[in-house]
Formats: sequence, structure tokens, C-alpha cells
Amino acid sequence: MSGIAFWALISHWRRKPLQFATLILGVALATALWTGVQAINAEARASYARAASVLEQNELTQLVPRDGAVIPIATYARLRRDGWAVSPVIEGEYRVGTIRLRLIGIDPLTAPPGTGVSPIGNGKDLVDFISVKGRLIVSPTTARALQGKVDIALNVSDSLPDNAAFADISVADRLLQRKGSVTRLVVSPGRKISAAALSAIDPELQIREAGEQPDVARLTDSFHLNLTAFGFLSFIVGLFIVYAATGLSLEQRRATFRTLRAVGVSLRSLVAMLIFELTLFALASGVIGVVAGYFLATALMPGVASSLRGLYGAAVPGVVTLRPEWWVSGLAIAMIGTAMASANNFLQIWRMPILVAAQAQAWARMSVFALRAQAIVGAALLCLAAILIEVGSGLITGFTVLGCLLLGCALLLPSVLSLVLGLIARRSAEPLTKWFWADTRLQMPGLSMALMALLLALSANIGVGTMVSSFRTTFLGWLDQRLAAELYVTARDETEASRLRQWLPGRVKAVLPIWNVEGQVLGQSLQIFGVADDATYRDEWPVLVGTDNVWEEVTAGRGALINEQLWRGKKLFVGQPLALPNGLNVVIAGVYSDYGNPAGQVIIGIKTLERYFPEVSKLRYGLRVDPMREETVRNLLVHEFGLPATSIVDQAALKRQSRAVFEQTFLVTGALNVLTLAVAGFAMFSSLLTLSAVRLPQLAPVWAMGLRRRDLAIAELARTLALWTATFVAAIPLGLGLAWVLLTIINVEAFGWRLPMQIFPLDWLRLGAIALLAALVSMAIPVWRLATLLPAQLLTVFANER
Amino acid sequence: MLLISGLTKHYASAEGPVEVLKGIDFQLRSGESVALTGESGSGKSTLLHLAGGLDRPDAGTINLNGKDVTNLDDKQRAGYRRYQVGMIFQQFNLIPSLDVASNISFHARLAGRHDPLWQEQLVEALGLSLLLTRYPEQLSGGQQQRVAIGRTLAAKPSLVLADEPTGNLDEATGDNVLDLMLLLTRSAGLALLMVTHSSRLADRLDRKVILRGGKIVA
Repeated sequence: MSGIAFWALISHWRRKPLQFATLILGVALATALWTGVQAINAEARASYARAASVLEQNELTQLVPRDGAVIPIATYARLRRDGWAVSPVIEGEYRVGTIRLRLIGIDPLTAPPGTGVSPIGNGKDLVDFISVKGRLIVSPTTARALQGKVDIALNVSDSLPDNAAFADISVADRLLQRKGSVTRLVVSPGRKISAAALSAIDPELQIREAGEQPDVARLTDSFHLNLTAFGFLSFIVGLFIVYAATGLSLEQRRATFRTLRAVGVSLRSLVAMLIFELTLFALASGVIGVVAGYFLATALMPGVASSLRGLYGAAVPGVVTLRPEWWVSGLAIAMIGTAMASANNFLQIWRMPILVAAQAQAWARMSVFALRAQAIVGAALLCLAAILIEVGSGLITGFTVLGCLLLGCALLLPSVLSLVLGLIARRSAEPLTKWFWADTRLQMPGLSMALMALLLALSANIGVGTMVSSFRTTFLGWLDQRLAAELYVTARDETEASRLRQWLPGRVKAVLPIWNVEGQVLGQSLQIFGVADDATYRDEWPVLVGTDNVWEEVTAGRGALINEQLWRGKKLFVGQPLALPNGLNVVIAGVYSDYGNPAGQVIIGIKTLERYFPEVSKLRYGLRVDPMREETVRNLLVHEFGLPATSIVDQAALKRQSRAVFEQTFLVTGALNVLTLAVAGFAMFSSLLTLSAVRLPQLAPVWAMGLRRRDLAIAELARTLALWTATFVAAIPLGLGLAWVLLTIINVEAFGWRLPMQIFPLDWLRLGAIALLAALVSMAIPVWRLATLLPAQLLTVFANER
Repeated sequence: MLLISGLTKHYASAEGPVEVLKGIDFQLRSGESVALTGESGSGKSTLLHLAGGLDRPDAGTINLNGKDVTNLDDKQRAGYRRYQVGMIFQQFNLIPSLDVASNISFHARLAGRHDPLWQEQLVEALGLSLLLTRYPEQLSGGQQQRVAIGRTLAAKPSLVLADEPTGNLDEATGDNVLDLMLLLTRSAGLALLMVTHSSRLADRLDRKVILRGGKIVA
């Protein structure tokens, strides 16, 4: 590689600073969005892994009950007697007032080394930990929240996630009232356990191998897949920009390539120089992209953390740490992306015979064959999407359908637009109009990448917007039904709760206990709620399917209601018998919608709940009160019971909180939507700029025939707007298709609930206005350049010197 | 110096292979200038491209300064063009992103023969002193061709190949450019092979070779 030849090659960019900025920004934007999203995912996953490592000890092999129930202490004793190096763990939810703790009881004397948390250690700490009064080891935040609310001493550990606590197994057994049964058995590292040997001792136990994905990681997979899909979409749109910019730069330098080769630069050397040049640019813009990605991730992380907490109850820190692997992966993705976007252009250079005269606009020319091939691939992808909808299932299939749909329509767009423009041009009689449409059609190959990017961004916006708005409308309606009680009150302890139960009747219209226990149903841990026999439920509760007398069956103790997640996830049906813990057998009487809850849920009659689960915590109540008396009842509760204001929540406040959680949840999606649209706007700008650089020979003859430069500029403006409008119109059905896939396939697979799709044309108009603004901004410079072209510049087209 | 013998070249076309050169024998001595003339399609440019190592012949040999350059690979042909040959095109083929001074020194630097004194003399002789910081797009056709000549001669190749170097210029400018080219190649003792349609220009060179139907007829 020659230094002087390389200098000649890159001197091109000195003369084209805007084009250079486009290329650098294209790669940087693509890298930023991709690495930003990856950083968020990596941070969240690292957090799950940390939590799983500490709380679930998932780095160790474990023995768990096959049916999801509990392990009798006798089984543990037998295993120990037979020489099995296992240690018992009890896990369950423990309530302290309004705080829900994930309590984990371990036996520090038999626990494998290194699996405990830091303050246990040896000596005095250990003695305190296993003492009768015991200790709770919690995170600093949880310690602050529990201060003065528990009568057990608290020890603080930084390695624990919030709302979790470690205790000695005897303390956990007492607090969770497990009466000697354990949740799982942890196997010492290095001990091999055979399934056959285990089956011989207790066939009810099964082996959970070390390193299995934590539950929360599995649950949140769909959320992260969603983010990745957005990041990937932006990355692809960014690559369109790179493709346009490198394509133009190679096109503009064709003559230079020929000259370089004529003066003795070999083809190999030329291509090596071009690859080196692009590698340098990719590295530089990759660095910018990674830094921008870090800031993007930092800005979005609190929203993501909030979403994960709201949707899945996953505790993720709201901050992002700059990790070395980011740099490597960010730069790698910048290089790979640039290589992908420029491969075709390089191939053209490699194949370009030295004697072929430098042809202007070869880049902007796309053969009819290529357009047709693209359309065939697009149609094939749409067919594949249709087949997958019919026969496929699963989250990956859902996202594949989404990808096929988006890419298929994007690939078809240029051909369809070209066809339509051809028809309009043929039908136009007036010469200028005919020229306008024919010329617009001529620009299609050069603009196709930008239009495809715009279509992807707009349809993603419409699709995701429709999904979120449908979700919002349904969620708010559902919230109105679910939060029917006017006041919600939480007692501080069982004595206070008992007083409340005696005091409330007669002062309110109805008392609706909100009592629940955690239990294993169909192999999974879920909440079992009890409902009172009250008209509120019959009138308000959102039942999706059920028997005619669903509430009678539930309150009589014969039937149970299950939530949609459990119904779909376990493929249950109304009328099916359902075995609940403690020997309670019921029949599924109905299914209710339960948006925002990641886990399954069962509702039985309140009396049945009390009978079969006498240990149920009876602290929370919904109160039906005449709205006029709401304030009076609240004041009475405060004065009679000395309840703090935080223990009494009115319906409006609860709805406000729920709505806030909802809006926060979709804040990240909204931000990514806007960013994708911004990248697409930039792709449009880049393509228009590129085109304006090669448009001169096409426009000069029309100018020579009597059109003013101003007219040409207006025509350019109108042309871009026409193409933009056509793309926007095409994006609407595609966006709705996208929303349909999201609502009927992906949401059901990911969350277990299905939402009715609703249409929001006003949202489209708002999006259209924003996109139109972006289009106008993107065309400002190219059109201004055209309007201010000097006649001398136009004349050069007719001079041989050109 | 340049010895071409039995040179044959054909191209594929829709009607089948077209034989452009049919066994050309040709010789060019150091310091000699030869005009290559003939009708369009007679094979003039093809001969020039083959001599310049831009293309490969089907048969025959090309020998420059005693070295056979007929069957060089891509890398060797690039070296041949870099160190042995200088080419001047009808379309000038300047590098648009480099200014005049950089364009002129470009080939010489690439060949490792940059001679600032020689370049200064060339710039002076070509009348480009006031244009050194300009870019190609800011020059007239005649000025651009003078820069192209300067670029070629600055590299001091032993063989200069010019493909209708005045084809894009008006008569007066063309004459002026040719005068300069002849003066400089002769003073540097370089061999010049120039393709031209113009008999008037061809007559001003040492010798004239006429191609017709892929053969030398005079």
C-alpha cells in the first residue's frame, strides 16, 4: 500500500465534509443504538445472574420436588444418612406490613462453602445467625425499609438484592410456618448425583443442574428480545446510511480509481487501501457510537429498570457501568456493519475492469433485474410469514414473523412505488407533469434504501404505538374494574386486622378481604387469593370465559378462577379439575384477565382459603364506601386505629400509581421509537444529499429548456414529499400488521395475555406530522443547494470538460 | 526500446468475437515520437492500452527496454505502469480531490522519482505556476490537460502513451498543448506514442503509423 496513493484516495473526504459526516454519523448512530440496547440487556442480565447466584445458588446443582411442592424433612434426613452432601434451603414470601420479602433460609453448618452471604462468616457472626432469635441479612435499602418493623436483628450485606432476606433455616421455618418441610436441597460442588440413585431414594425429587438460567432471566427474555429487535432495526437503518454514503463515495471516485490503476496502483492494493480507509472510519465512528451508546443506555436504564420491576418484579439497578467488553463488541459491530454495508460496493470495484470509462450515477442505477429480484425475495418473505403464522409457535417464531413481515414489505416497496409511478407517468398528458413523475421514478433506485428505512421506522412506530395504546386503553378499563373498592386499608399486624374486621361492618357498604397465600400449583409457585361473596366481583370482575354461575361455584368452594396467564401457559380449560396445595381440589370455573402480572394466579372463595390455608395473612382489605363518606371513613380509621396515612390508599391514588407504572414501562419503547425515526430521517437526509450530488446532469437539460432553478427546487421538494407520502401510506397497513403480530402472537407468548387490538388514527396523524417535519428538515440542504445553483454549474453539464 | 511483434487481440461481441488487432509488428526508439492514426475502430486505442499494460494481448509479445512485459500478472503490470510508462488521456483523468501541485507530483512520488527541480521546470514550461493551489474543477480543459502532461512527465517514464490528448480541446489550445508535449518529451529523451485522428497533428511527430482493420498499413 502506497502512502501517497492512500493520501490521494482519502483526500476525497476533505472536499466532501458533509458526506464524510454522513458516513461517520451513520456508523456511529447504528453502533450507538445497538450497543446502547446491548448494554442495557447486559446490565440487566448481569443483575439477574448476581441475584440468582446469591438467592437461588444457581451455580450449584440442586434437588427440587418434581411436582413443585415441598420436600419433607424426613427425605433430607434420609439423604444425609445415606451420605449425600446436601444442604436444605427454605424459600418463601414473608410480609412485613406492606413490605414483601423474599426470605431464604439456609443451614450455614451444612451449606457448601462460599454460598452464604458475607456477614455470616465464622465465629460470633455465625453464632448470632444460628441463635434462636436469629438474624436477617438484607440489603442496605431493605434494612432501612425494615427498621423498627421487625423484632429480629438486621445485618446488612451489599451483595444482596433489595426486598430479599437471608436467615437461618430454623428462623425461616418459623417465619414462613413451614413446619419442617424444605423448598430445595443444594448439593456440594464436585459431588456427582445420578438420576437413578436419586430416584431410588425418592422418586419425587429431581435434579436441577448448576448454571441453569434464573427464572427472572427466562421471564424477562421477551422484554430483552424486544429491545434487541429495536436495536437491530435501528442498526439496519443505520447501515442503509452507510451503504448510501460508501456507495456514493466509491461512485464519485471511480475516475480516481481508474487513474490510480493507470499510474501503477494494483487492483489488490486499491481494494486494500479502500478497506483500510473504511476500517479507520469504522473504528473512529465505532468509538463515537460506543460512547453515545453508553450515554443512551445511561439515559434509558432507569426507565428499563422501572419496566422490569413493573412487569416482572425484577430488581435491576438503574445505572450502567462502562464495561471493557462493550468497547470490543461495539467496535466489532461497527466494523462488521460497515463491512456488510460496503461489501457489495467493494465487489463492484473488484469486478470493475480498468478500461471501463468512469460512468456517472452507476451507483444510483439499479437494474430492472435487481429490482425484480428484490421484489421476489420480499414476496417470498411475506409468504414465509403467512406460513409461520399458521403453523409456528413460540416467541422466536413470533419475532421471525415480525422480521419477515417488515423486511418483506420493505423489499417490495421500491418495486411497488416504481410500478405506481410508471402508471401515473404514462397517464399524464402535460409534458412537465409527465417529466415530473418519470423523473421521480428515475430517483427510485437511489432513494430506495432511504425509503425502505423510512418504511421500517414508520411502521415500527405505528405498530408499537398501536400496541401500547391498545394496551393502555384495555389496561385502564381493566383497572377500573379491578380497583372497584373505594378505599384500600392494610393493618399493621394480625391483632389490628382482627379489630378492623369487627369494627368495619356497618360503617362501610362491604368489606372485601385481599388475602393471599403462596403455593405450588401445577409445578409452579403462584398466588392463591380468596374472594368474598359480594356483588362487586359479580358486577365488576373482568371474567374472560367461565361457567354461567362462576361466582357461586367459587364462593361455594367448588370452583376456582384462574388468570389468563395460567390458563394460556398451562393450556387449561373451564371445567378442568385443579389440585391446589393442602389437599384442596377444585374445578376451574372461569378465567380472568390479569394484565401486568408475570405469574399465574388462582382465586378461590374466602372461606375455603381460610379453611385450607389457616396461616393466611389477613392484613389487607378493600372497602366499598359511599363516595360521599369516603373521607369520613378514612378519618375514622386514622383516629380509631391510629393507622398511618400510608396504610389507607384511595382508589384514585392507586389508579394514579398504576397508570404511572404503566407509562414508565413504555417510556423506553417510546424513546427507542423516536430514535429509530430519527435514524430513518437521517438516512433520508443522507440519500437526498447523495442524490443531489449526481442529479445535475438530469436537471440541467430541463433548466436549459426553460425551467427556473426555483422551479427545479420546488419540483424536488414535491418529489420527495410525494415519495414520503406514499411510504407513509404504505407504513399504515404494515404497522397495523405489526401490531397484530405483537398483540396476538408475541404478547401472548411473552406475557401470557392477549389484548384486543384498537385503532388510533389520531396517533398516525401525529406521527405523520413528526415524520413530515423530519422529511422537510432532511431535504432542506439538498433543495437549498439546488435553488442556489449557479448557472455556471449547470452549464458544466453541457461542456466537454465535465 | 518498445518492440511489439505479432500482437493479436480480439473482443467478444453479440455477433461473435471481433479481432481488433491482427498480428501487429511495431518498434519505437528512445526519444522518438510516433503518431498512431486510423479510422475509428481500427485498433489504435487497443494497441495503446496493450502497450501501456492496461490490457493483455491474445498473442504476440511486447518488449520494453529489453524486458518482455506481455504476460505479467496484475501486480507486475501495476509496477510496469508505475515505473516504466506514463499515460495521458483524452479525459485528463486528474484526481479531483487533489490540487494542481499534488496532481503533478502524484505519479512521480508513487514511482519514487519525485524531483522538485524538474517539477518546477515543468510547471514553468507548462504555464501552471499561478494555478498550483487550484483544484481540477476550477481549471479549463486546456489547463487540465497541461496538468495531466505535467503529471506524466514529472514521473520521467521511458515511454509516454497519449490517447488523443488534444481531442477535447479547441485547435489553438490543442496545438499549444502538443507543442509543449513534444518539446518536453524530446528534451527529456522520452519515447512518445500518440493516438490521434488528426493528420495535421500527426504530421508534426517524427513518424506516422496508420492502422486499418487491425493491421498496420503504413
